[in-house]
Amino acid sequence: MSAREDFATDAMSHAPQLFSTAMRMTRNRADAEDLVQETFVKAWRAFDSYQQGTNLRAWLFRIMTNTFINKYNAKQRRPQETELDEVEELYLFRRLGTIDQSRIAPSAEDQMMELFTDDEIKRALEELPEAFRLPVLLSDVEGFSYKEIAEMTDVPIGTVMSRLHRGRKAMQKLLYEFARQKGLVDESHLGTD
Amino acid sequence: MADCNETLAELHRYLDSELSPGRADEIVAHLKTCTDCQGAFEFHADLQRVIRVKSQGDVITPQFLSNLRGCFGSDILGSPGG
Repeated sequence: MSAREDFATDAMSHAPQLFSTAMRMTRNRADAEDLVQETFVKAWRAFDSYQQGTNLRAWLFRIMTNTFINKYNAKQRRPQETELDEVEELYLFRRLGTIDQSRIAPSAEDQMMELFTDDEIKRALEELPEAFRLPVLLSDVEGFSYKEIAEMTDVPIGTVMSRLHRGRKAMQKLLYEFARQKGLVDESHLGTD
Repeated sequence: MADCNETLAELHRYLDSELSPGRADEIVAHLKTCTDCQGAFEFHADLQRVIRVKSQGDVITPQFLSNLRGCFGSDILGSPGG
């Protein structure tokens, strides 16, 4: 197999992950398909500049994130944050102790798996403000390091950490709301603060 | 050894494998003695796993797959759809 064939085959193996992340970024199938296709076209054109043996997955995500930010004019500016300032650390952890244990699975991880549907997790990610959504997707979903995310989104590491922190808070708040709407949370002991 | 506040402040950096080995050891030492912090760490590790697992699996249609293969030129990955 030639180096080009290897490259194309390896790139195709990352298509499912790229597509799922593109779906969360763009929030619709047509744009997500365009985004992944454009990513592959750009990657193929830049084949000569790709150093074999380096992290192809990170390289493809970098191209895709960059394309998304430019093409969709993604709002990287600081979103309104006052609402999130009121969200405490460990927001969800402090509240899930009130879940009706009899309605969900016994182990903690199974419990969490059953508490939220795939659709709710995807909706929560898609509802995050743009500037928070990218670092949360690239870290929590794709497992990239802060340094890699900083390079992909072209912002300093400190900004990545701050946005990730706030994005996770916002995510917890959204997930809590889903659990509450399903009647899985007893709020009576939480007080009024 | 780190106390509860210091440990919880490092929760995400620890789970993201972004702490130095020395600092990570300090956090682990505290977790071994504190069930409250251990519970918080396990909860967030589970949450991260759930988010990772449940946010994947969007269906790729055969047509889209064919289009993607076409991005690499018709002679590289076989005929589109093949």
